Amino acid sequence: MLQYYEPEKDYGTPPVQSSEMVSANIDGVSIEVPAGTSIMRAAALVGIKVPKLCATDSIDAFGSCRICLVEIEGRRGYPASCTTPVEEGMQVQTQTPKLAKIRNGVMELYISDHPLDCLTCPTNGDCELQDTAGEVGLREVRYGFEGENHLAAEKDESNPYFTFDPSKCIVCSRCVRACEETQGTFALTIEGRGFDSKVSAGGVDFLNSECVSCGACVDACPTATLTENSIIEHGKPEHTVLTTCAYCGVGCGFRAELKGEQVVRMTPWKEGKANEGHACVKGRFAFGYATHPDRITSPMIRDSIDEPWRKVSWDQAVNFAAQRFRKIQQEYGRNSIGAISSSRCTNEEVYLIQKLVRAGFGNNNVDTCARVCHSPTGFGLKTTLGESAGTQTFASVAKTDVAIVMGANPTEAHPVFASRLKRRLREGAKLIVIDPRKIELVSSPHIRADYHLPVNPGANVALLNALAHVIVTENLHDAEFIDQRCESEAFSEWQAFIADDSQSPESLEQATGVDPQTLREAARLYASAPNGAIYYGLGVTEHSQGSTAVMGIANLAMLTGNLGREGVGVNPMRGQNNVQGSCDMGSFPHELPGYRHLSDAATRALFEAEWQVDLDPEPGMRIPNMFDAAVDGQFRGLYCQGEDVAQSDPNTHHIEAALGALDCLVVQDIFLNETAKFAHVFLPGASFLEKDGTFINAERRISSVRKVMSPLSGKADWEATMAFANALGCDMNYQHPSEIMDEIAKLTPTFHGVSYSLLDELGSIQWPCNELAPEGTPTMHVDEFVRGKGYFAVTEFVPTEERANKRFPLLLTTGRILSQYNVGAQTRRTENSTWHEEDLLEIHSHDAQERGINEGDWVGIQSRVGTTVLHAHISDRVKPGVIYTTFHHPVSGANVVTTDNSDWATNCPEYKVTAVQVSKVNEPSAWQARQQKFDRRQHQLLKQATEDA
Amino acid sequence: MSQRFFIPRDTTAVAVGANEVANTLAAVLSEQVSEATIVRNGSRGAFWLEPLMEIETQGERVGFGPLFPEDVADIVALSPADRTEHPKYLGKLEEHPWFAGQQRLTFARSGLDDPLCLDAYLSRHGFDGLEHALHLPPEDIVDEVTRSGLRGRGGAAFPAGIKWNTVLQAAGDKKYIACNADEGDSGTFADRLLMESDPYMLIEGMTIAGLAVGAQQGYIYLRSEYPHAWEVMHTAIAKAEAAGYLGEGICDSDRQFHLELRLGAGSYICGEETAMLESLEGRRGVVRAKPPLPAIEGLFGKPTVVNNVLTLAAIPTIMAGGAEAYAALGQGRSLGTITLQLAGNIKNGGLVEVPYGATLRAILDQFGGGTRSGRPIRAIQVGGPLGAYLPEPLWDTPLDYEAFAAAGGMLGHGGVVVFDDTVDMAQQARFAMAFCAEESCGKCTPCRVGSVRGTEVMDRIIARESLDENMALLDDLCETMELGSLCAMGGLTPNPVRSALQYFPEDFA
Repeated sequence: MLQYYEPEKDYGTPPVQSSEMVSANIDGVSIEVPAGTSIMRAAALVGIKVPKLCATDSIDAFGSCRICLVEIEGRRGYPASCTTPVEEGMQVQTQTPKLAKIRNGVMELYISDHPLDCLTCPTNGDCELQDTAGEVGLREVRYGFEGENHLAAEKDESNPYFTFDPSKCIVCSRCVRACEETQGTFALTIEGRGFDSKVSAGGVDFLNSECVSCGACVDACPTATLTENSIIEHGKPEHTVLTTCAYCGVGCGFRAELKGEQVVRMTPWKEGKANEGHACVKGRFAFGYATHPDRITSPMIRDSIDEPWRKVSWDQAVNFAAQRFRKIQQEYGRNSIGAISSSRCTNEEVYLIQKLVRAGFGNNNVDTCARVCHSPTGFGLKTTLGESAGTQTFASVAKTDVAIVMGANPTEAHPVFASRLKRRLREGAKLIVIDPRKIELVSSPHIRADYHLPVNPGANVALLNALAHVIVTENLHDAEFIDQRCESEAFSEWQAFIADDSQSPESLEQATGVDPQTLREAARLYASAPNGAIYYGLGVTEHSQGSTAVMGIANLAMLTGNLGREGVGVNPMRGQNNVQGSCDMGSFPHELPGYRHLSDAATRALFEAEWQVDLDPEPGMRIPNMFDAAVDGQFRGLYCQGEDVAQSDPNTHHIEAALGALDCLVVQDIFLNETAKFAHVFLPGASFLEKDGTFINAERRISSVRKVMSPLSGKADWEATMAFANALGCDMNYQHPSEIMDEIAKLTPTFHGVSYSLLDELGSIQWPCNELAPEGTPTMHVDEFVRGKGYFAVTEFVPTEERANKRFPLLLTTGRILSQYNVGAQTRRTENSTWHEEDLLEIHSHDAQERGINEGDWVGIQSRVGTTVLHAHISDRVKPGVIYTTFHHPVSGANVVTTDNSDWATNCPEYKVTAVQVSKVNEPSAWQARQQKFDRRQHQLLKQATEDA
Repeated sequence: MSQRFFIPRDTTAVAVGANEVANTLAAVLSEQVSEATIVRNGSRGAFWLEPLMEIETQGERVGFGPLFPEDVADIVALSPADRTEHPKYLGKLEEHPWFAGQQRLTFARSGLDDPLCLDAYLSRHGFDGLEHALHLPPEDIVDEVTRSGLRGRGGAAFPAGIKWNTVLQAAGDKKYIACNADEGDSGTFADRLLMESDPYMLIEGMTIAGLAVGAQQGYIYLRSEYPHAWEVMHTAIAKAEAAGYLGEGICDSDRQFHLELRLGAGSYICGEETAMLESLEGRRGVVRAKPPLPAIEGLFGKPTVVNNVLTLAAIPTIMAGGAEAYAALGQGRSLGTITLQLAGNIKNGGLVEVPYGATLRAILDQFGGGTRSGRPIRAIQVGGPLGAYLPEPLWDTPLDYEAFAAAGGMLGHGGVVVFDDTVDMAQQARFAMAFCAEESCGKCTPCRVGSVRGTEVMDRIIARESLDENMALLDDLCETMELGSLCAMGGLTPNPVRSALQYFPEDFA
């Protein structure tokens, strides 16, 4: 959808919810608005623009510029239209000679302290000060320019993405208010008083302040004071394309602003339902990786991984791969090849991968990265509620009274959602944090968790059981809801189990590490809330009892009646931009699209009819199975799309052995990642900017991805897969991704109503979208659960085998950081590395002291499977006995240390619990040295390919 | 024969040497045989008589002042009969014309006793109003205040009863009483004098306010420039709590009211009610937009009564003596007593409490004694730095809110600053702008930038540069600031400027 560049409409003040309507008259036009709406907004709604500077509709009215004054009949003075609510019967004039004079006077004062370099200013043509001066009709500044001013103020260029130029600042405080209200970080303030007032990032420059570079201040700034460096460099974009972010599972809507095919900047889309005009440092600024020199744009092949790459044509590459794959199947059997789909590619592309495997390879060896993150969500929620999906929208948190955040760190990993949560918490909602770490939500500006339960890694199920025990034994559960909506026999069985003394907080204290009294209070708080919502992440799923814990969470929600309306629910914080989608698309060894098991003959028949092939009814291999089988020599060909298993999967030694054993590894990606170093065929992929398609976020929201530039390699990922499929004899002939979506919709009941034209019309659609819900489904399980009645699963706590012992006395847990995204392939190739150049090992001072470790020392982390070395950071974010690191840099080798302990139901790796020992060392580990060497060698082999062109 | 000697501990008294006098007195008395105690009382507010020493002998109390330390020994040596001969003898202060001509309700006890002596307070009708209020339903307390006609004494003169009623009716799980003790207007000192001389009266008034609107917590926001007031109020609150007049179970009832004293940090604008609330919340002292009114959404978003010290201090009198008695004083819609603070270039500076209605000239004639310099009075600024400079023809305006407004002036907090004929009104006009620039919170453009430009334009006018153009520009700027500013800081700064231009054009020619 091509949109010509124009600022989105700004109504001046935020919308107001009210059941009461008031009528009034503005400039002769009758209006009717919800009570509490400002005059400014009411006017904007009927097309009357009151001139303004300090008001913008993403933040509350402030009343400081004094430009938006109006005249109200029967009232003295000239009230500001932004801070004055409409009242019944009001008669308002927005343009009178007196108002014009006052506005001119105010504008004259503004410009008396402002540079006059409009023509060379970065926001020439996109400046609200310029616009308003024009609207007001300012012609001269009688004060002259010899008086006091701020024109000599120095620029702050510390942040890599935007510049702060205080000489242009009009002290409207929009940036400060955006940082407070929209983002919730409170990094900015106004320093000084009167004319000395100036915007300050806490007395230091932006980079060294608490600023998280979300860009909300840049969006809010009406002048050139806060401007993207890309705008300063390139000037004003000339057209806009709406698309969806390709980083995390929030799935922010963005406006890609372009000059020709060059993205000048990405700005958050106000109509994006997931983000409503907000973004984070990654989506907002870190898009440069798409055009980074490291991009590989030509297909390449080689016979063995010790050889240099050879650049070839697409036809040559796919034929080479196809021949090898068929040969492997002839020799080792139909099941000796498989594919891993990307949870970052579009739904259409993932659908094609699983279609290729099922219709082309003839087996079900297809899996996706959800395996290593939220597969327990799939299993757990399907079992209890009937569908593998979050139950709410993100906006639902605005109605939450008590939020539980368990095993998630949204301020780092889902920042735009965290901003919503923080806003609700500032309004008075309560918070319970369940996490071994003292995450930011526990205590940060204006946010204090009412309870922090620092559970021992590996003891989630024990803690969830203890919470449920309190609720049941203290009679705080919603008996009516359970009676009406849940299976009674299962509930009785579960109730007997949970009420037993063995599940009490006291009995489980040893396991959980949480004070029983505190736990009881937290349980009571959640149970007694009018609206209680649970948000959870990989700290719940990436455990040996991940699925059990998910079921425990669903149990708590059903127990307290917290399902089926806004403000409540079970909310898995899906990580990848399209991991929900890739699950929905059936890239699983046991399920077809729409979570229908292969054993369901009717569903299989549907697909067989459409695809004109017979489908193998036997479930295929999961990712861990593929690697085991590869090491065993039975699995020899892998088509790996957009997934860097060598960096992200646990037990790196094992992964490397598996990849090394393959006869033909086809990697489709945009960079030469760790996995590609083991590949024989490299198919260059396309970033989200280079293709059309759809992503599905954690809200089940299908959003459009739109091509803004031609694929650098000449093919979008779906075209590459098509080429490979055709080379294998599996005919695919789509002209456009919309056709693929039409096919998906035809075959998948929850997607029946979805089409590109409906997406264009509605902006986004939350599935299920079909005859029962033609415009999609914001909240699930409203009248009944997808499986009919909710199922209470008994969740016996089985401690993980991965326990601290004498040899490995500490427990390592892993996570993420705001500026880097997962394996860092994209963000490391942008300026985001400014904030996080290396992964650090966070260790409590107590444990550090015992080992003679000081801040910044090299420390060796050794588990039963491997060793790696990181720099130490002493922190009280973790409790004694627990250490923490991130995995954004390949050289950190965090997964050299993690084991292949996994969830009993889904094989989701237990990343969050690894028993380790930490000691001071002098240098990086042997593996790291080898990794660096291997890395250099493979880059050399790559270089030789590019030189051979 | 035991005697009591009274020397004020008040800031102004101390500033002119009261401590030195007291020290000398202590030394003199230590050599005496007969019993004597020194009481550091509050000041009676006649600063031209300070340091004032009173001696009470067998129930008779007379005063001497203004004293130097070297006067002390002689006075002490005098026999009661010979006292009247001393040149600094003042007699019974109640009978002194300067005091006899006033009608002190709020300042009735000021200067009589040790301000912290609870017994003394109680013996002079202290807490009578509170005892009465404890037996009334909230609506009745509010009604009494409304019928008294009491208007805010801080300067805005909003009817206190209406404000209290709004808070009483407002929905809120918590309500607050916030006392504005920021008294930043140049030439004013009444709030300070009250807090230093009769602190329990303020405490009593705030407690009654709490009972009236359902607030259990009160805050006094005290400007940082009043350290002595801090000491006295702080101790008074502690003593009141210990004696059961604050805290849980006031006067053995089941009601409660807690009071906390908070210190400002050198900002005039924190005397503006919403900036004061911001400061109390720990934020920068920046003005809030209205609506919402603090009465509905005030401190921490809760319904809050914000009142000046004197407004709250008037409450005990109203509750003890009744609304009718209070409303019987004054005229029109300006009822009760006004507390004027005579300052500036004046001979007899001090606090004068009289019913509304007398003219400015009459008050100055009766109490002022002319300028200190002896030169004729040329201009009088009433109501603080944002008040108009009144020329001689306007001095017959009655001290009445509406009358003053009609004359283009402003009663404000009652500050009366006198200037003699050496004053340069152009410099005064410049000062108005400069003061605004200094104290502006900086939030709104007309004030933040306008005050600076106003100072610059005044400088050009004073230098007689392009006089016509700059006068026209000044006029436009005054209009922009008056009509466009977010609060009265920028909004009223044009007042003194325009009054200087209008009434003293010769200084601009």
